Amino acid sequence: MRIATYNLGWASGGRPIVEGITLEVKSGETLGLIGPNGSGKSTLLRLLAGIAPRPQGHVTLEGEDLRRMKRRDIARRIAFVEQQADTAEALRVRDAVALGRTPWLSPLAPFGAADAAICAKALAHVGMAQMADRSWSTLSGGERQRVHIARALAQRPQVMLLDEPTNHLDIHHQLALLRLISDLPVTVVIALHDLNQAMGCDRLAVMEGGRLAAIGPPAEVLTQTRLGRIFRVGGRALHDPTDGATQFRFHCLEDPL
Amino acid sequence: MSQTVPPAGLALHVALRGMAGGAVLLLAVLAGVILGETPLPWATVHAALANNLWGAGLPVDAIDQGIIWSYRVPRTLVAAACGAGLALAGVVLQALVRNALADPYLLGVSAGASTGAVAVTILGIGAGAIGISGGAFLGAALAFGLVAALARAAGGGPAQMVLAGIAGSQLFNALTSFFIAKSANAEQARGIIFWLLGNLSGVRWPDVTLAVPVAIIGLCVCLWHMRALDAFTFGADAASSLGIAVRRVQIVLIGAVTLMTATMVSLVGSIGFVGLVIPHAARLLVGPRHGRLLPAAALAGAVFLIAADVASRMLIPGQVVPIGVVTALVGAPGFALILIRGRGRT
Ligand SMILES: Nc1ncnc2c1ncn2[C@@H]1O[C@H](COP(=O)(O)OP(=O)(O)O)[C@@H](O)[C@H]1O
Ligand SMILES: [Mg+2]
Repeated sequence: MRIATYNLGWASGGRPIVEGITLEVKSGETLGLIGPNGSGKSTLLRLLAGIAPRPQGHVTLEGEDLRRMKRRDIARRIAFVEQQADTAEALRVRDAVALGRTPWLSPLAPFGAADAAICAKALAHVGMAQMADRSWSTLSGGERQRVHIARALAQRPQVMLLDEPTNHLDIHHQLALLRLISDLPVTVVIALHDLNQAMGCDRLAVMEGGRLAAIGPPAEVLTQTRLGRIFRVGGRALHDPTDGATQFRFHCLEDPL
Repeated sequence: MSQTVPPAGLALHVALRGMAGGAVLLLAVLAGVILGETPLPWATVHAALANNLWGAGLPVDAIDQGIIWSYRVPRTLVAAACGAGLALAGVVLQALVRNALADPYLLGVSAGASTGAVAVTILGIGAGAIGISGGAFLGAALAFGLVAALARAAGGGPAQMVLAGIAGSQLFNALTSFFIAKSANAEQARGIIFWLLGNLSGVRWPDVTLAVPVAIIGLCVCLWHMRALDAFTFGADAASSLGIAVRRVQIVLIGAVTLMTATMVSLVGSIGFVGLVIPHAARLLVGPRHGRLLPAAALAGAVFLIAADVASRMLIPGQVVPIGVVTALVGAPGFALILIRGRGRT
């Protein structure tokens, strides 16, 4: 499913936080969102999810304006994993994942066996199947993050918006998650901190001060000048001869090379 | 919801649980009618009920029949409805505000309802047009609006809501005292203060026809939104991205909470701790999901308030202790226990 924005923006107390974002993510594409802290990545994702109040500009799903759609219809298409969402409830893992079925259920169409199967599969996808009966408060940060991702998968969305989903995850689960995302036949917009992980995206969008500084294939976007100007680091591209992949080795600009 | 029960099995499950709950409630109501300052034998109670419900024509002392049918039955039914309504209000507020301390009492809704009811009673503001219950509803809605606005101005978090609620309670309690001091004579003042602490002595049949439908409608509205309440587990934004029309659901549910609280306060005064302790106790028993939590809390609240009412009549022979005093005497230690037991769970 294609998601596009036109001149999208958001202001808080008259101060623009994000402005003038026009971009298009094709069906099935994975767009990586990178940028320094406070550059507006999370705000842009909230705008794409349609949950930021009083947005400027437009978000369209397959050409349809998000603001004209019902919340429920949006939730059947877009799943959003926030950067931090926690609860004090003594809820079990399976119940947290079952929340993902909310947009598909109604008082007359209650949670059934098919929904349970979808949830079980989603839990298995993030390697949490054996923890289905654990209570939320007993989970580690990484486990909570994986439950949130399972909840988003249980939503059966066509677009997934993920805000730094690899935070808190150990290296195995980081890589497993990134592979899972690239294997899913859905459109993904994912905010990432690790620029080397971002290299695996189809395209990258670079945010700087609430604006879109660049968008394009990773190799074109992550130039030495941009790394220096926006991220304030130097980066040397290293090539892995086994598969020809490029990885960066970063250093502070102040450091001697 | 996450057990794999086929639809037919699910319906049976729900029906069985509903019947079990109904049986518990019926037993509690019967106990409430039998027990009192002077416990009446079951034969007398049975005869009085049978005569009034299906004209059985059994011989029974007219005074006993009057005590049972005009006094104890309505009183017990109203206690049940109030307990259920206040417990439901607590469950809903805790889910929407995402604070374990949220309940109609702490958020100032009960205080606002009291002020509204007192304003109508002694100042006679709009007495003819809206009545005491209407005044209580306006007071409760005004209090909640003020508290919500203050919480928003203070940053809008769950903690701010409870802090604003405390400020709101104080303000409205002060207003109530002011109205009483300004306009009530000594006799009126005594009556109102007694009523404010929670008092079911004056309850008659017309009160039943208000309290019971409000509790049932409240339960239905809450149950209709049980999935939305679940979806608030991770906050309003998460609920929104799960497809909940957050604003609309908040308005409907806060409306239901205000209606239930105002009705109950206008009938029996402001009773604390039911909305706070019962939801937590129910959560410990059936878990945090609202499909089971709402009915469980309603039932537990009904049974608890019937028991509190019986206790209020029997504690000191020949004297009625305000029911709010009983609920606080039981509720405060109960809440302490829940806090300690819930450690690590929440
Ligand atoms: N609700 C808000 N109100 C005011 N300012 C905000 C709000 N949310 C974010 N900001 C500000 O907007 C900027 C961008 O934030 P954010 O989108 O979270 O950046 P990122 O995710 O890239 O780190 C930050 O300076 C932050 O302080
Ligand atoms: Mg962020």
